[in-house]
Amino acid sequence: MLLLLLAIVPAETLKAQNDEAADVDVNELVFGHIGDAYEWHIATFGNTSLSIPLPVIVKSSTGWHVFSSSKLEGGEEYEGLYIAEGGAYDGKIVERDAAGAEIRPFDISITKDVLGLFINSAILVVIMIACARWYKKHPVEQSAPRGGVGMMEALILMIYDDVIKGCVGEDYKRYAPYLLTAFFFVLVNNLMGLIPIFPGGANVTGNIAITLVLALCTFLLTNIFGTKEYWKEIFWPDVPTWLKAPVPMMPLIEFFGIFTKPFALMIRLFANIMAGHAAVLSLIAIIFITVKAGPIINGSMTFVAVVFGIFMNALEILVAFIQAYVFTMLSAVFIGLSRVKGHGAK
Amino acid sequence: MGLLTPDPGLLIWMLITFGVVFFILAKYGFPVVIKMVDERKAYIDNSLKAAREANEQLANVKQESEKVLAQAREEQGRILSEAAATRDRIIKDAQERAQREGQRLMDEVKKQIETEKESAIRDIRRQVAVLSVGIAEKIMRNKLADEKEQTELIDRMLDEMIESSKK
Repeated sequence: MLLLLLAIVPAETLKAQNDEAADVDVNELVFGHIGDAYEWHIATFGNTSLSIPLPVIVKSSTGWHVFSSSKLEGGEEYEGLYIAEGGAYDGKIVERDAAGAEIRPFDISITKDVLGLFINSAILVVIMIACARWYKKHPVEQSAPRGGVGMMEALILMIYDDVIKGCVGEDYKRYAPYLLTAFFFVLVNNLMGLIPIFPGGANVTGNIAITLVLALCTFLLTNIFGTKEYWKEIFWPDVPTWLKAPVPMMPLIEFFGIFTKPFALMIRLFANIMAGHAAVLSLIAIIFITVKAGPIINGSMTFVAVVFGIFMNALEILVAFIQAYVFTMLSAVFIGLSRVKGHGAK
Repeated sequence: MGLLTPDPGLLIWMLITFGVVFFILAKYGFPVVIKMVDERKAYIDNSLKAAREANEQLANVKQESEKVLAQAREEQGRILSEAAATRDRIIKDAQERAQREGQRLMDEVKKQIETEKESAIRDIRRQVAVLSVGIAEKIMRNKLADEKEQTELIDRMLDEMIESSKK
């Protein structure tokens, strides 16, 4: 039932828009939902669009500006700032410099993704602190957790015992807080992204800035706490000398590996989540594209789209978990690789 | 493409948010859960160990009690057999003593009888001598004619008597 709702709600939303413009711009529709925005659009009924205005915080050439995003609605200009349409800064707040060219001010607005990030983070923190509080109230000797806390404990232990202990190696306890935080952070954001209406629906983990920060954390942890052996394996690996002596071929490859590993982490999470959202939205968009093809085709395609939409949503729930798991596991593996103690020790 | 260029604003917010979330969870969230789980594990391990030890102790106690029981039984048997031996010995001793005492009494009695017999014989002899003297006097009073013949007769008679008494 829930899944059905997931698929139908965006459909309802889009149907309303459809009344006006029969010609649906699927590209804009899909990317509009995937991308960031200065307001949180919920639905459009006829000519009135229902959306939550969000605070805009911008430092332009004229200083700091803090105002509601509703002031910029419909391409209006406010305090010399407006949302660009087309061009390099499409959809972003810009101002014009003296020459009349669009330039981008320093923009730390609370956008849809930022608010989503806040909400999801708050949810995560509340869940975890509630769990921790449960343990404080129940001494070890009395009872083990059941229900929600039990589920969280099982999840935590699954990551802790299977992934972190297995992949990091000896001093896994030092990295456990980061890896667990990363896992639950990604998981909660992924799952919240699948809920189509307000508190969820922001494509947070499908935004490259988010995955960039996460991958950067893993990158820093990997390289700051790398052992001597780790650096030796990069700059003087155990390969025939001609591969590393006059022309440092292997060291070069290994050196690039330092960057490609977290880069792959970043792209993998971003692309998977973004593609999932795009797929679900595209399937729903089929309904509106086929309106012109007549009621029979439209009806049958609607059925197909809804069925596939449900399937995709179910798949995305799986992907949400798998991507969080994979991100954590690969981070743990990279950290584990940077903690090598030399092969002779084995 | 807009999708592939990270937005600086979002980047900053993400850094702050993730930092705060990480700080809170790393301080108050996961360590608590993991610590409690570890503690529970240790508690379960300890409980299992304690149970195993208790079981072992119980088995030991059983074994020990059996051993004690067997020892007690053995002791009992030993004491019983000792008591029987002592009893037998005491009885035997008593019997021996009684026998010896009896023998001693018999011997004493015999000796007394002997002495008494001897004294009686001596008495008799004396009496006989007195009697003989008396008889002799009487005879002498009656017939002092043949004195020599008379004395010979008396001696002969006395000797005969002594001989017969000695036998």
